[in-house]
Order: sequence, then structure tokens, then C-alpha cells
Amino acid sequence: MAWFKKVRKPIEPPPDKSRVPEGLWVKCPACGQAIYNKDLAASLNVCAKCGHHLRLSATERLRTLFDGEWVEHDSGLASTDPLQFTDTKPYRTRLDASIIATGLKDAVITATGRIGGVECAVAAMEYGFIGGSMGVVVGEKITRVIERAIAARIPVVIVSCSGGARMMEGTLSLMQMAKISAALARLDRARLPYISILTDPTTGGVTASFAMLGDVNIAEPRALIGFAGPRVIEQTIRQKLPEGFQRSEFLVEHGMLDLVVDRRELKDVLVRVLRFGGAGLAAPEPAPAVAEPQPPSEAPA
Amino acid sequence: MPADLLEFEEPVGVLLKEIEALSMLPRTPERERSIETLRSRADEIRTEIFANLTAWQRVLVARHPNRPNTLDYVERLFTGWDELHGDRRFADDHAIVCGTAEYRGRPVAIVGHQKGRDTKQKIFRNFGYARPEGYRKALRVMQMAQKFGRPILVFIDTPAAYPGVESEERGVAEAIAFNLREMMMLEVPIIVTVCGEGGSGGALGIAIGDRVLMQEFSVYSVIPPEGCAAILWRDSNRKVEAAEALRITAPDLMALGLIDGIVPEPSGGAHNDYDTASALVDQAISASLDEVSALSVPERLDARYEKFRRMGEEGLGFMDLDKPEPPQAP
Ligand SMILES: [Zn+2]
Repeated sequence: MAWFKKVRKPIEPPPDKSRVPEGLWVKCPACGQAIYNKDLAASLNVCAKCGHHLRLSATERLRTLFDGEWVEHDSGLASTDPLQFTDTKPYRTRLDASIIATGLKDAVITATGRIGGVECAVAAMEYGFIGGSMGVVVGEKITRVIERAIAARIPVVIVSCSGGARMMEGTLSLMQMAKISAALARLDRARLPYISILTDPTTGGVTASFAMLGDVNIAEPRALIGFAGPRVIEQTIRQKLPEGFQRSEFLVEHGMLDLVVDRRELKDVLVRVLRFGGAGLAAPEPAPAVAEPQPPSEAPA
Repeated sequence: MPADLLEFEEPVGVLLKEIEALSMLPRTPERERSIETLRSRADEIRTEIFANLTAWQRVLVARHPNRPNTLDYVERLFTGWDELHGDRRFADDHAIVCGTAEYRGRPVAIVGHQKGRDTKQKIFRNFGYARPEGYRKALRVMQMAQKFGRPILVFIDTPAAYPGVESEERGVAEAIAFNLREMMMLEVPIIVTVCGEGGSGGALGIAIGDRVLMQEFSVYSVIPPEGCAAILWRDSNRKVEAAEALRITAPDLMALGLIDGIVPEPSGGAHNDYDTASALVDQAISASLDEVSALSVPERLDARYEKFRRMGEEGLGFMDLDKPEPPQAP
């Protein structure tokens, strides 16, 4: 019997909890400046004094990108703990705690809505859910939203914020890299735009799959972006890493990113990039190349 | 205990020592018979041990220093091998070898990790840890195979992609990601065989195929058990438990629907008998290649997509009871 058929206590999603604590004042973790709560929200969680980008929840992120309302997809999709994984505590316990803490069933929200008037498919990862890690639910939801975009001929925007593949789902997690990349291959061949937005942190299997595959890769300033974690690299080379290593500015210098953009300007840039991608215009059907597979006739729900 | 025996093979080691001692003495028919009895007893015990390996013991077999690697299979299964070097961008990575050869009279491209056996070779091969240029070289050669309509055979055996400064500088994540996307679209048949360690993204970066096979005692994991133990248990010595929990063995991954077949190994593992191991790999690859070659290009690409598309289906549930249930995995 699948676990979701069991009687479960219904879990009420908490009222949208921002990363900013309840108090009136927030201290900037970078410069120590006390910031009035409402000012911080107004500046999209960016410190007005030093420009430090505080983390956004997935819901807050969608609010900064969409013009208004959006339609969420597959919000009920949840992990069954397919490996029955237990380390120092059961994975099931970690999942339930994250579900209560974030109000989400897993580490990504997928949605469709308008950005600069253009209908887009968007996935925003939730770091608060087991470090934004990618397991089968993240893999499935992102794949579905890409397939939905192919069927509707609309662009895809994915906002990454993740420590990588989720260990507690083992090799199943690893294979989500392949699955999402497969969907992106079809999106690419359908000549539809994919904009990857990399935020702090984007590492491991997320970087080594969809986060690096944007037609345009955009990062927020000072975001940690890499494949191996800094500690793993320090163990390998047996020395301290230089300041700024694996930060957005390092990656743009090494040719891995197109742009580093302040969050307060991100939407404007995104709208321009989407316009270049032809989104919102009557996108022409691409001439089918020889032997090019057609998108699935019906996208899964 | 002979150096190439693993810890858990000690009962075999004891018998081998006895055989060695007897072999030193002058030969008599009686001694010959004793040696023969001891030998078959050792084989029996070994087979029994290998039939009941734990996940961690399989990791040790997969990492065995004498485990046959890509070039050992090239030597036994192919003729006319020419190694092709370099990614045409930065360098030639020695942890991934690429080349062309004939397989059963048919030209094929070969791509595989190479770990190196003695110290000098290990350093030359960077212990099988590929850098970005390895993945880019692999794709270059695979795209050439596509151009000429030649099948691609891949051998996987790596601890991980190289976690070093230059890897990050030159974009190992991008190199792997790009391979994942592009290998999905290569029109020619791709048969992947995991023949040692399937080390996370470092393995997957060249492991997209129409058939993904695993040798019986190979492993395929999202993270090395030691790393997982260090993070989740905060103690890398809990690697045995981590190996078990991660479900990284060939039978586990077959049950999870992540691989297409298990290639049997000779008694005591592939490192005990390269020729038998190669013959078994040969049979599996050849059968798989025939199957996927029979498909048209669109059929093959659709099947490849659907195969990866379904991965993880069993782990999906719904928490909103008003929503429909997901389709059950076959
Ligand atoms: Zn500040």
C-alpha cells in the first residue's frame, strides 16, 4: 500500500513565512546594518546599505518575478521515501518537518503566469526544504513544467537554490539530472527559450544539470555556484580556497555565466531576455529536423 | 593473505596459503589431489562469499585495484583501436579515454573512464577523476560517431568528477550538464556499461544511453558512501550503513528501474578472470546493441527519453487526497 493512502494528519500550510524574522528590524548578515523589516521586503530582501542579497523563499521569488497571479502546478506531489532511508533519523521525519516548516510538499514550486506580459513556465527552488535538494519530486515537477511549456510553446525560467541531489533518495536523485536535461533537450530543439537563474547557493547535481543549461544563465551577485562543495575541494587540494572562489563574479570571469544581475533589476533583464527569445510573439513552429522527436502529444497532468 | 584478496575473502586466503605451501613441496600424486581438493574448496567458498556480499563489500570489489577497466575491455573485445585525444579546447584528459575500433566487424566509438593501476598510471589518469575536458572530449568523439552513424559504447568507472580548482574554473558542471542534454539527442545507439564505480555526476556525464548495464559487483551512487556518512551521520566510519541505505548495488538499481540489465561476473569478481569477465560483457553489449540498432532513430530517441523520464516514478505520491493518484510504475 502506498503511504499516501494512509490516514495522515492534514498539514496546514503556515501563512507565508518570509526568511525575515518577525521582529521589526533585521540585521544584515553581511554588513550588520539594522534594516527595517518593511524596507527589506520593499527592496526584495537586498540590503540597501551593502547590497547583500538575503535568501528568498520560493513563494517570495515567484512574487518578484510574476506580474501578478500565477497558477501553481503539481503542488500535491510528494516523496514516498522510496528507499525507506534512515540515517541518524528517518528521512520521513525530515520530510515531515520540512513540509511543516515551508508549507510545501517538496523543494520546488512550479507555476505558469505572466512575466512582462509574457506567459512563462517557472520553477523556483525552496532552500528551506532540505537544503533545496533535488529528489524525485523536484525532478518530476520540473520535468512536467518543461513538458507543459513545450506543449504550450512558452519559455521556461528556473530559479535554482539548491545544495544538489538529495542523498536520501540515492541514485534516484542522481537520475533526475538526466530526466530534467532530457526535457530541456526537447525544449531546446523546439526552439523555446530557457533562462536559468542561479542564486545562492547552486551546487552539485543541480549545477551539473539544468542550472548550467540556460540559453542565458543569470546569477545573483555573490552567489555560491559550483559543482563540488568548497570543503571537498579544500580537502582535495589541501589548502584554503581564495576569497571569491565559486562566487558569481568568479564564474562570469571564467565564462560560465552570461550575466550577474542585482535582484532589484532581475525582472527587467529577464523581460528583455525573454523578448529576445521571441516569447510572447507568435513563435513559429520550428521546421522539424530529420528524425527529430516530436514533443509528447499530451503533457502529463 | 595474498595482496589482491579483499578483507572478507580471508577464508579463501587461508586455503590459497595452504595450496601455496603444498606447491612448494615435491610433487606427489597425493599432494596433487590435495591441491585439487583445496582449489575447488576455495572456489566454492569464494562463490558463496560473493553470493552474499553486503553493499559495502561490493563497493570494495568495484574499487579493487585490479578491476578490469576500459582499456582491458578494449583489448579483449575490439580490434583496430585508435585512441583519439583531446577536447580541441583545452587539453587531453587522461581519466577518460576515447577512440574508434571495430566491434564484431562493425565500426564503433568507445568512451570510458580509466583509473590506472600502478602508482605512476594512477597519477597519469588522475585516479579516474575526470576534468571538464574529459567530458568535452567524450562529447566531441560521440558527435563524430553520430556524424558517421556509428554506435557508441561507454564504460563507466570513476570515483567522481575531479573536485579541484581547475575543474570549477573550466566549468565541470557545465561540461557534464551539456553532455546530459546532448547525449539524449544523439541519434546513434548508445550502450553504457558500469564496470566499476559509478561515481555520481562524474559517471552520469557520459552515461546516458539506450541501455545502461551494470556489472554484477559494480556500484552506482549519488555520493560515495564515505561522503554520505560524513554528512548525514557526521562520521565517515558509518560508510557501511551509508552504502546499505543508498541502495547502490546492481540488484538494487535494477529493482528501482534505473538500469536495464546486470552483467554477471566470474566467481570472485571481474578482477579474478579478465577473459571470462570480458566474454560476459561482450554477450551483454552485443545483445543490447542488436536490440537498439533494430529501432528507427525516432523510436530510439523516444524510447531513450521515456526510459529516463520514468526514473523515480515509484517515489512519487500525492498528499492532496482530492488530486488523482499518479500512474503506477510498471
Ligand atoms: Zn548589508
